[in-house]
Amino acid sequence: MRMTLADMYNTPDERNLLDTMKQGVIGKPLDRPEGPLKVSGTATYSAEWKIEGCVEGVLVLADVPQGTVKTIQSDEVMTMPGVLAVLAHKAMVRRSTQGTAGKAPVQDVQTVDYFAQPVALVVAETFEQARDAALALKVEYESAKIAVPFAPESPEAEVETPSDSKPVKGGDLDQAMRDAAFSIDVAYDTPGHASAAMEPHATIAEWQDDQLILRGSYQMLAFNVKEIADCLSISPKKVRIIAPYVGGGFGSKLGITHEAVAAAIAAKELGRPVRVVMTRQQVFQTVMRRSETRQRVRLAADAAGRLIGLGHEAHVSNLPDEDFAEPVTQATEFLYGGENRLLKVEVARICRMTAGSVRAPGEAVGMQVLEAAMDELAEKVGIDPIELRKRNIAAKVPVKGKPYSSRMLVEALEQGAAQFGWEKRKSTPCKTRDGDWWIGMRVASAARVNVMIPAEARVTLKADGTALVETDQTDIGTGTYAILGQIAGEMLGLPISKVQVVLGDTTLPPGAGSGGSFGAISTGSAVMRACEAIRKKLAKTIACDVEELEIKDGIASHAGSQRLLTDLLNGKDIAKIGSIKPGKTFKDFSQASYGAFFAEVAVHAFTGEVRMRRMTGAFGFGRVLNAKTARSQCLGGMVWGIGSALTEELVFDIRDGHLVNHDLAEYHVPVHADVPALDVILLEERDAAASPLQAKGVGELGICGAAGALANAVYNACGARVRSFPLTLDKIIPYLPDPLVSPA
Amino acid sequence: MKAFVLDHATSAESAIHSLQHGGVAIAGGTNLVDLMKLQVTAPGRVISIRRTELAEIAPDGDGLRIGALVTNADCAADMRVRENWPLLAKAILAGASPQLRNRATTGGNLCQRTRCGYFYDTTQACNKRDPGSGCAARNGFNRIHAVLGTSDSCIATYPGDMAVAMLALDAVVLIQGPPGAREIPIAAFHRMPGDDPSRDNVLEAGELITAVRLPSPTGGVQLYRKVRDRASYAFALVSLAVDLTMEQGRIARCALGFGSLGTVPWRDPAVEQVLIGETPSPALFAKAAEVLLIDAQGFGENDFKIPLVARALAATLNEATRIGRA
Repeated sequence: MRMTLADMYNTPDERNLLDTMKQGVIGKPLDRPEGPLKVSGTATYSAEWKIEGCVEGVLVLADVPQGTVKTIQSDEVMTMPGVLAVLAHKAMVRRSTQGTAGKAPVQDVQTVDYFAQPVALVVAETFEQARDAALALKVEYESAKIAVPFAPESPEAEVETPSDSKPVKGGDLDQAMRDAAFSIDVAYDTPGHASAAMEPHATIAEWQDDQLILRGSYQMLAFNVKEIADCLSISPKKVRIIAPYVGGGFGSKLGITHEAVAAAIAAKELGRPVRVVMTRQQVFQTVMRRSETRQRVRLAADAAGRLIGLGHEAHVSNLPDEDFAEPVTQATEFLYGGENRLLKVEVARICRMTAGSVRAPGEAVGMQVLEAAMDELAEKVGIDPIELRKRNIAAKVPVKGKPYSSRMLVEALEQGAAQFGWEKRKSTPCKTRDGDWWIGMRVASAARVNVMIPAEARVTLKADGTALVETDQTDIGTGTYAILGQIAGEMLGLPISKVQVVLGDTTLPPGAGSGGSFGAISTGSAVMRACEAIRKKLAKTIACDVEELEIKDGIASHAGSQRLLTDLLNGKDIAKIGSIKPGKTFKDFSQASYGAFFAEVAVHAFTGEVRMRRMTGAFGFGRVLNAKTARSQCLGGMVWGIGSALTEELVFDIRDGHLVNHDLAEYHVPVHADVPALDVILLEERDAAASPLQAKGVGELGICGAAGALANAVYNACGARVRSFPLTLDKIIPYLPDPLVSPA
Repeated sequence: MKAFVLDHATSAESAIHSLQHGGVAIAGGTNLVDLMKLQVTAPGRVISIRRTELAEIAPDGDGLRIGALVTNADCAADMRVRENWPLLAKAILAGASPQLRNRATTGGNLCQRTRCGYFYDTTQACNKRDPGSGCAARNGFNRIHAVLGTSDSCIATYPGDMAVAMLALDAVVLIQGPPGAREIPIAAFHRMPGDDPSRDNVLEAGELITAVRLPSPTGGVQLYRKVRDRASYAFALVSLAVDLTMEQGRIARCALGFGSLGTVPWRDPAVEQVLIGETPSPALFAKAAEVLLIDAQGFGENDFKIPLVARALAATLNEATRIGRA
């Protein structure tokens, strides 16, 4: 990556350039340009490429929790119809790559770290033949140990403080708890989650001499190239990844995993293109899980409900030697005041598949628990939960003393409350009944850190007056094609129909990739800077200051005179590469997106079933780049919140550690009937510290705290304060009042 | 998936003839194909009955004869079913998704296999899938499993909805086989696991369900209540099919089917006897639940089903008797 100091984002860009442009496409709720392809089934996803001579690989999974592969009886399956190879290469990966690793994960599938770890690949002429042979392959193991479960409190548990997660300590929390007029000391559990992206992980690997071409489903191609190259001990220059369409990732495709490396090795070995598509069950069993968490929250408040102390300590899990530890307390650091504090994450080493990033790592489960505890505090103090939150908004980040770049928390709470009809709430449980259903309403705050990743993009203003945007940035269903087109269209004064966006090919300049809500602000800023450079060149051509150059619909205006861009270009393209890298603004300011959730739930008075009735989310994340795709991100997050609150839970069998609910039949994501009318308010905001676009991340904000609002509403409905997610009916029934007695 | 031969039968007779040579019948395939992909089952021959004449719904005296190939969608949409046996339409619509109901059939639905995760996972012990291998569910994660009718060998439920309604409606399963036709009351169709859980029902090798017959309508209040973790597209934790008639404030007649509670669709005449002739009250409903659950046994994760079904029964009887009195 060609980066200079000038690319670094060191000073907030207060020019708000996008507001001064004239095209008027930025922020508009425009359709995705690739939408028709996707809904008509003609967008080519990774497994759908027709590659001449391609054969099929199926992964073989271990059926022991831990151990060493002793023998693989390949001879028997090699005689089965169509079977071409059985591979158990040392370079195949045992675990999944963590996001932004840029290097190989743990390799060598000779050792088994967790139940269902891939140990071999069977390749055959057809998928059915390969799957049959994969199931028939006999693998013998040595000394399978027991599957160490998540039990951080047990004396045998191996618990560590993760290397990159220093505890935050300030003042004396214990003393604050003793001094508090009101205090809360509660423990909550959240279960493991699966990303459950619609498109399973899939790769087609093809070698052209010593050049490897991968067509696959990944989120961060610039990193993925390095990861696959490191796995195969080849130069990253020898790897090209093509991924124009990715059917969802949610963190599970940040880094490369089993199928990509296995496909590359098999293709080399056989001298033929090899496709490896993981089954839904294999994705659940082997790729990436969100860690379960056990969280202790301590809130110490004065008589007015102001926090004087805040403790948030979490136990999470991962395999031995994995760096990643679910950063549960990430938003707790800056969301509320309370100078006496202890925030801490510890990781228990267990025998389950790799734990890593699943949509909004940290906040997704941390915020839902913090916000549930805040509801408990509001009840104890006896004040409105919105008021409690407002009273605890800090002037500067506690302990660290950093200022906030911009923050729309109060606005979100107020505007959300107005739209939701917060005045209809009851302050105590079991007050509203609709037939057999108890009705409750509650609130939670939303917060998610803002992240930028180095990014480059090339923009070409073509002699014919159209523009081309090129980067290896992915669009994982978030709307990247649309928003990058809008940024370029706005900056260059072109209607969207004249801007072509080409993504997902590592021969193009490296974008940020998709993940951590950083794709739009990082790669979008690079696109904007490339356009700025083009504008400068155009201004030079007509000898004006770039600030005075107005372009709209392909016509450049300056001092009353107008010229067609095509005339200015005079037969020549202008191509510029823009780049950006996080700099000082990220050190100087606490940057985050904020919001508020309002939920109304119904709890069945007899059976304890919980059903969402309606939900309002109000969100401030800087400039809205596309009101439709941003709203969709918020909606998707809220739907995740519903799943996290009510149904989603990875269940591992305690005996051998196998994942019991390893598909969509019993891992219950919300379906249409679980998702009632969701209402999204996008707040107007500009955050110049966050990016030159004045935009912040939005991809994950909608989940961060959402489940807390639901849990609080469940309590408000029926008095069940369940501190173990998900809130399934078996946990609620013990709290329910006599269903046949009507409320007073 | 193992390679297999696919035959198409053009009549019930030819299907039965074909089944004599081994293999299994396939109709909608919504369950069987999944099982074949996972190699939970691996038949060498599969005989499609989709081209047979069994897709008709026809009057049968005062009752109705629903062909084995009638899809769930068509059955639930049939005006005769909706008007006279609304319980059946309600139960069908509580299950699966529109896409699956368009494909799934009456006969196939009766034969669907359990949703026990250990049955579907070939790395795990399961007497239903692999007789003699043991039951991993018994001491495993058994949240969706049965609390009635279990054995040391198996605690898996029959998971469907349609059969639970048919049970409360006293439906009869019409079967044809090599020796000829026979009729089995639906209450006797599904088998409790005992020491041979591999056989879910009483169909003999080579036999085919041709239709289900509903007896004359009861005219009762009919409700289907499915309790599940999410609002749609999930198997029941417990479900209840209720068909009752009120006379002068008392329960004059009543039929109750319970789904996902036992190893088979569950009906207990003793429970109905508790209710018949009585005035509805919370105490009466509690008494009915007590009788229903006398032999109930939880296995840890599914213990909650016992209080849950009692509560769901109270709610549903409360609603049905209220409607019946109106």
